[in-house]
Amino acid sequence: MTNQDEKKNLLMRGQEFLQLYRKVEGFTQELMKENERLRYRVAALEQEQSVAPKVPVEEVLNLKGRVAQLEAEREALAQRYQQVEQENLDFANRYLEIEEENNNLANLYVASFQLHSTLDFKEVVQIVMEIVINLIGAEKFALMLLDERKGDLYAVSSEGIERERIPHIKLGEGTIGRVAQAGQPWVAEGQALEQLSMTEPQVVIPMRIKDQFIGAIVIYAMLEQKLNFSSLDHELFNLLAGHAATAIFASKLYSESERKLGTIQGFLELLKH
Amino acid sequence: MAKFRCLVVEDSPTMRQLVVFALKRVPELEIIEASDGVDALKKLPGQKIDLVLTDINMPIMDGLKLVSLLKSNPLYREIPVVIITTEGAAEDRDKGIALGARAYIAKPIQTNVLLKVVREILGL
Repeated sequence: MTNQDEKKNLLMRGQEFLQLYRKVEGFTQELMKENERLRYRVAALEQEQSVAPKVPVEEVLNLKGRVAQLEAEREALAQRYQQVEQENLDFANRYLEIEEENNNLANLYVASFQLHSTLDFKEVVQIVMEIVINLIGAEKFALMLLDERKGDLYAVSSEGIERERIPHIKLGEGTIGRVAQAGQPWVAEGQALEQLSMTEPQVVIPMRIKDQFIGAIVIYAMLEQKLNFSSLDHELFNLLAGHAATAIFASKLYSESERKLGTIQGFLELLKH
Repeated sequence: MAKFRCLVVEDSPTMRQLVVFALKRVPELEIIEASDGVDALKKLPGQKIDLVLTDINMPIMDGLKLVSLLKSNPLYREIPVVIITTEGAAEDRDKGIALGARAYIAKPIQTNVLLKVVREILGL
């Protein structure tokens, strides 16, 4: 390497150093500017903080207390809301129960009204049959009356089964006879509602006027859509036990009195001639 | 004030009274009663009927025949018909629906079911 080359090399390195120096100088200036800006910002914030009002400790405590109070009120309101919701639900359920009771009472009223709407024996029997079909939902059943001379029950009307097929029942014998004698409506337990048996019915409703037994409604099978007995059904059993008995008894008495009256009138007519 | 007129067709006075008694709880309804299909057809002309509730098993003219006649008559075919019957069998229900009945209620009638069907059909 010649002397001239060394000089050239030194000159190049000097220029490189100069460029590096200028870059460092620029960067240092930027840093100083940023530092100045931040110092200005700190000063401004310190001034803002010194100007902002200081909240007294008491007021802070008061506000905290107020927040706690509002929280408690909110909690109480939420609980009250839940209570009201529950009350609404209870009222809705109660409404449904009352609605159902109204429906049941209306059905009982119609049944009772119809039973006492006539003194014609055949009509009374027909009405009893309709009540058992339409209100209780029986498919196969019989209305049996007591033959006082023989002391047995015989069918005066039937539905879904031939009347002649229904055997006479001695009071106190078999399920029907025993229930009839006991005098309280009876429902078979644990039997399928569609089961059919002439001696083991599903329901027996003895008809009584006080202690006087006059007959029984014997249900052998229910309609297929009738799956169980409701509280209304049991009310109807009781209603039929009393009101059907009275209606049947009254209509029989009326028929007999009409017949006797006719006989007496005929006899009087005969005497006149 | 009654807004709708409902014709109840049922031969059994007990059953008819039961249905009428239940329907009276709907204040918008005016109820007209008929004892069979022929009686119903006599009561239809000259008044606007909004709903017919009919039993199926009736003397003189049964409910299915009544539905058939109503649906084949241009004057009455738009009246919704609800069938009420003792039969729970699908056969009668299908016949009634095929003839144009809107709904089917099986006996023993549950008042709440009856009222629900009537209210739904009349939009009450």
